[in-house]
Amino acid sequence: MISVKQLTKKYARNLAVDHISFEVQKGQIVGFLGPNGAGKTTTMRMLTCFMPPTSGGATVAGFDVLEQPLEVKKRIGYLPESPPLYPEMETGEYLTFVGRLKGLSGAELKKRVDYVCDRCAVEDVRNKLLGRLSKGYRQRVGLAQAIIHNPDVLVLDEPTAGLDPKQINETRDLIKGLAGDHTIILSTHILPEVEQTCEQVVIISKGKLVATDSVTNLQNRARGAESLLVEVGSRDGAVDSAVVVTRLQQIPGVSRAQLKTTHGDRNVFEVESQKGFVRGELARAVVQAGWDLNELRPAAVSLEEIFLQLTGAEAAGKGAA
Amino acid sequence: MRNIWIIWRKELRSYFVSPIAYLLLTMFALIFGFFFWNALGYFVMMGMESQMRGQPMPMNLNEEVIRPLLSNASVIGLFFIPMITMRLFAEEKRSGTIELLVTSPVRDIEIILGKWLAALTMYGCMLLFTALNFAFLFKYGNPDWKPLAIGYLGLLLQAGGLLAIGTFISTLTKNQIIAGAATFGVCLLLWILEWVSGYETAAWAQVLAYMSVITHFESFGKGVLDMKDAIYYLTVIFLGLFFTARSMESLRWRS
Ligand SMILES: Nc1ncnc2c1ncn2[C@@H]1O[C@H](COP(=O)(O)OP(=O)(O)OP(=O)(O)O)[C@@H](O)[C@H]1O
Ligand SMILES: [Mg+2]
Repeated sequence: MISVKQLTKKYARNLAVDHISFEVQKGQIVGFLGPNGAGKTTTMRMLTCFMPPTSGGATVAGFDVLEQPLEVKKRIGYLPESPPLYPEMETGEYLTFVGRLKGLSGAELKKRVDYVCDRCAVEDVRNKLLGRLSKGYRQRVGLAQAIIHNPDVLVLDEPTAGLDPKQINETRDLIKGLAGDHTIILSTHILPEVEQTCEQVVIISKGKLVATDSVTNLQNRARGAESLLVEVGSRDGAVDSAVVVTRLQQIPGVSRAQLKTTHGDRNVFEVESQKGFVRGELARAVVQAGWDLNELRPAAVSLEEIFLQLTGAEAAGKGAA
Repeated sequence: MRNIWIIWRKELRSYFVSPIAYLLLTMFALIFGFFFWNALGYFVMMGMESQMRGQPMPMNLNEEVIRPLLSNASVIGLFFIPMITMRLFAEEKRSGTIELLVTSPVRDIEIILGKWLAALTMYGCMLLFTALNFAFLFKYGNPDWKPLAIGYLGLLLQAGGLLAIGTFISTLTKNQIIAGAATFGVCLLLWILEWVSGYETAAWAQVLAYMSVITHFESFGKGVLDMKDAIYYLTVIFLGLFFTARSMESLRWRS
């Protein structure tokens, strides 16, 4: 549905997007992940025909963004980074205006406005001036305008930014509900968001494509070097943490062990293992040493870690080659 | 066509939900009204004087009241046009709504025409208020309506050209105030260019004087439809809108 080939954007001397290529299949939700300034917004602006690429190209629903922008625009719903709202308009009036702009009219327009108001939970601010809405509501109205014409492709730039937790979940559900009929590409810095909503991830950093894979593959890949948190205790109270660290480091597969936190006589150690699962070994070693294994859990993999790991791996790979 | 209409409606509405439209209408009506009653008062006084002297001059409302008033209106217009056009694109760029317009299935030229026509309509509304004054003339005198209509056509054409220039300038910045000030500067310049013809007769001076928007209003003010002058205004309109379109295009390449 979306096909990006060697897409490049240069601002003056600054290469914002550097030869990016990826594909998105129909009906998929793709998470577009990257730190600040990675080039997510720039890529999305090129996909939505807001600005032309410096070189390379992209097709959306089979239409080229440079050759047939009008056809592309008809099929895309776009939520920019800051919702494009006119402060002097009321919500309902604004949605009607956008609907007209996207080619709707008459009874259908009215139906769609009612539908998106309901779907994006903006019914109760329908007669309010957009300039007076809170950030979260502005975001919701932005989402409502993106889906008003029931587009094949949705491009959402940080759709959950500024929403409250309940609304974040509702928005994620909404987005998931839209998948299937719609192909969705959404940008975010939040990894759990990608894990919850997306099937596919495209990661970019400093304008370069770092990884494109399914969410599950990527998680496994990131956890290739696993980080575990182990809480070790003892019935008689005192555990010598140095002894525990030494013992943990002796376990085959463990690359590093260190004391992470201490709460009274509760000691939490962080254990990094290179590959595969060493949990069994770990548990056995602790118990055999006569200590209690109070807790053993994987350290949450943060976006940063995935990033560091992936970008690090790429760099190492390049260095080796 | 439909898209132009959609944009036009949106723009016009945003003039009238904000105080700007009412401010413009009131100010324009007040200033014009002042000129009108002044001119009329002078006219009446002259009439009485000539009667007292016992040699009634042929008095002509068209010549003595309407014509100077129309020239005045064309000059007052110069001051109001920046206020009409300054927000057209600058505000959309500042607030990011330009992203909505440009990523909608609408051509650039439809956006531009919609906005320009809305600005022209706004100016038309302002002229409409001045027409009330003239209605008064028709009630108590019998001026010729044809020169008046041609004069109004001239005012609209001139405003169309300046509004097109203002629209273009508005695409160049995110800041309304800058757009307004720059437009005002250009309008003023286009007005005073004519002055060089006062002391200089060389070719360059004639060219400069030709470019002055005011020079071309003279014929309309007299109630004469001179094609040369109409074509001048149409050219300004075309060029203004053309450069606006180019600017929108390059905006995307740059931003
Ligand atoms: N209009 C512009 N002119 C010049 N440089 C720009 C412009 N817009 C973005 N950039 C630069 O391009 C790079 C990518 O920016 P972009 O906005 O695409 O990042 P992003 O991934 O969306 O970041 P964020 O997560 O902060 O939204 C940045 O280095 C930024 O400084
Ligand atoms: Mg961004």
